[in-house]
Amino acid sequence: MTDSQDSIIQKSKLPNSPEIKLHERSLSRTMILVVFVSLLLITGYTLTHLDTAGVQINQALKELMTTLNQMFLQPNAGTDGLPLLMEALGNSVLLSILTTIIGAVFGFLFAVLASKNLTNAYLGAGIRVIMAVIRAIPTIIWALIFSIVCGLGTTAAILGLSFHSIAYLTKAYSESIEGIDNAKIESLKVTGAKFWVIVFQAIWPTIVASFVSWTFIRLEINFANAIAVGAAAGAGGIGYQLFVASGMSFDFHETGLIVYLVILVTFVLEFIAVKIRQYYLNR
Amino acid sequence: MLEVKDLQKSYEKDKPALKDISFNIKPGTFVAIIGPSGAGKTTILRSLNQLIKDDNGQILLDGNDIRTANKTQLRKYRRQIGMVFQNYNLVERLTVIENVLHGRLGYKSTLAGVFGRYTQEEKEEAMSLLKKVGLENFALQRCSELSGGQKQRVGIARSLIQHPKVILCDEPITSLDPASAQNVMELLKNLTEEYNLICIANLHQINMAKMYADQIIGIRKGRLVFDEAATYYQRIL
Amino acid sequence: MQSPIKYLSHKGWHQTAIIAIIGGIYILGSQILNFDNLNGLLAVPKAFAWLGVNFKPTAHSMQYFPRIWQKLIQTVLLAISSTMVAAIIAIFVALLGSKVTGINGFVQTIVRAIASFFRNIPLVAWSMILLFSFKQSDFTGFLALLLMSVGYLIRAFMEIIEDEASETMLALKATGASYFQVIFQAVLPQILPSILSWILYMIENNVRDATLVGILTGTGIGFIFDIYYKSFRFDAAGMTVLAIIFVVIALETISNQIRKVIL
Repeated sequence: MTDSQDSIIQKSKLPNSPEIKLHERSLSRTMILVVFVSLLLITGYTLTHLDTAGVQINQALKELMTTLNQMFLQPNAGTDGLPLLMEALGNSVLLSILTTIIGAVFGFLFAVLASKNLTNAYLGAGIRVIMAVIRAIPTIIWALIFSIVCGLGTTAAILGLSFHSIAYLTKAYSESIEGIDNAKIESLKVTGAKFWVIVFQAIWPTIVASFVSWTFIRLEINFANAIAVGAAAGAGGIGYQLFVASGMSFDFHETGLIVYLVILVTFVLEFIAVKIRQYYLNR
Repeated sequence: MLEVKDLQKSYEKDKPALKDISFNIKPGTFVAIIGPSGAGKTTILRSLNQLIKDDNGQILLDGNDIRTANKTQLRKYRRQIGMVFQNYNLVERLTVIENVLHGRLGYKSTLAGVFGRYTQEEKEEAMSLLKKVGLENFALQRCSELSGGQKQRVGIARSLIQHPKVILCDEPITSLDPASAQNVMELLKNLTEEYNLICIANLHQINMAKMYADQIIGIRKGRLVFDEAATYYQRIL
Repeated sequence: MQSPIKYLSHKGWHQTAIIAIIGGIYILGSQILNFDNLNGLLAVPKAFAWLGVNFKPTAHSMQYFPRIWQKLIQTVLLAISSTMVAAIIAIFVALLGSKVTGINGFVQTIVRAIASFFRNIPLVAWSMILLFSFKQSDFTGFLALLLMSVGYLIRAFMEIIEDEASETMLALKATGASYFQVIFQAVLPQILPSILSWILYMIENNVRDATLVGILTGTGIGFIFDIYYKSFRFDAAGMTVLAIIFVVIALETISNQIRKVIL
């Protein structure tokens, strides 16, 4: 960009006056440019080679509009009825709360053991690698794997969601712990305090605000995952109802109501999260 | 000549932040506005270039009222009024000279500004201003690599390249260490004389105001409590 | 005024109460959902033992590799393109809707509402209704990921603009620069690295989400995993999982390296 500008300026300027550069070539600028351009090229390539299964886009869009209209403007409880849907919704919420609690407890323990400023390097590195692998596998695949052993149902869903939660929260918490000022830890170490005493007296109070906010972020993710697992792994809850309504009975009125219910719950979760975060930040 | 008449502002109803503020400032004057925090110093300063819209009153720059200007006119006024901030407000990722040149944007067509096209004269002026503030060797450094005092001097160079009649300094030395603070105040004082500027600075430090200012305006609870030449103020204290 | 000793005992009670409430919710929840904690815990080692035996790819399963790899690449391409298109839309919308660069309060509220609406519609719902109109094709998967990402990125970009650009925005406004000059000279250069960092994160995330979308809409890596899984070809399913792990960790590592340079 600059080269062409400079050449334009060059024509109008007096002879002999030295060129004034505005910036030097820097690794960071070049990197940003290279990454953006490559991503855009990949996008261009993908979009022009996309398999659309011969679908007429106009026709499909028209159909989509009809579907969206049925969903969002004429929602109703369909054949399942509101009580059943509410029960399924409640189950999904409980599922996400339980798995978040499991994730928070184990996540905190592993985070303490994995943080660079607390433990020996090998143990920490080992835990971090295992957690990275667990995180790399999508929640839905975890749920499917566990459902082979425990059978389709709640137990498989809970284990599947918990695994991913633990790995996610371990990383999040240990990043918070690693941000703690080392002096704080050392000042307790010199008093001869035991490891777990230091953890609960110095580390826990310092990170409690970020602990709470990460945990609630995970709760929101887990609610979304509970729906996904219910739909794609047959684990029940509102996700299963959503799957049946939209993919088997094609009742988009009911789909619409379910979507509204889900959005309502996420708003409530977000609201609670904001309130609790404020409480901990203001303390 | 900058004349302020009966300036009023309230953020909440019946709780005036500013009430009946009036003062005049001649070119070549370094003015300090002092007062406790929350007194309305920043509100006054930001009203002067209409970053905050006041409710009532007159702000006359060489006889023209800034308050009644439309959007285009306001942009023209703003480029005659430089501003220096407590937190420098530079684009940290850009180089020093790019940040200085930002002061020229108000003079450029939208398109030239959007693409950051500057003329050779502008670039040369930027370099000579950097020399004036003692940063000629830092032109190609990223601003994020500078110290606080250096950043503030970039901010001052950015306001000078606007060819301003007025420079507003919003707590210019609050974030600086004592040595850099003295340095920046000295610089502002000298520039005020050299360019015959009106320079208005919000300050917490009364000793700094006494040391450098030609005129001191005191604000308390949104009201003007005194407006005197600095010599008078030095005498009574 | 509380005495220090009273304060400490009060704090102790407070903590005990919170732990008791959370424990109570957990036990009650397990009861309602019929979740047997002990059996659940025991299932974990069993599951891994089972995985070790059945999911282990054999020499025989190498024949599936080319097909798995091809689907995986396709999935990554879809994740990248859906993220990029979403990012381009999101940056414009975020500029219109952020408190710093936004047009007015009304537009800001509308943008926030739309973003949060898009973000909170479950991916399952997007997948299924798009599948109904657009049939089983990559395009369906692309659209589902796109609609989801747009909501996330709008919110993220608005927060970035509000956090990082408000001060410089003010400074350039004070010089008399026009709106577009400020956007291009101050806001965009300042936020670009954070924007890119979020795009990289979203790509990683979309690769994982693409698995779910794939299972539901019959596209990409999710589809092929589902086929192997349902036809009990577990060695091939295991190989698919290994391939996913490899690609996700590779993406994460590359992203982290890029972040180190640009931030």
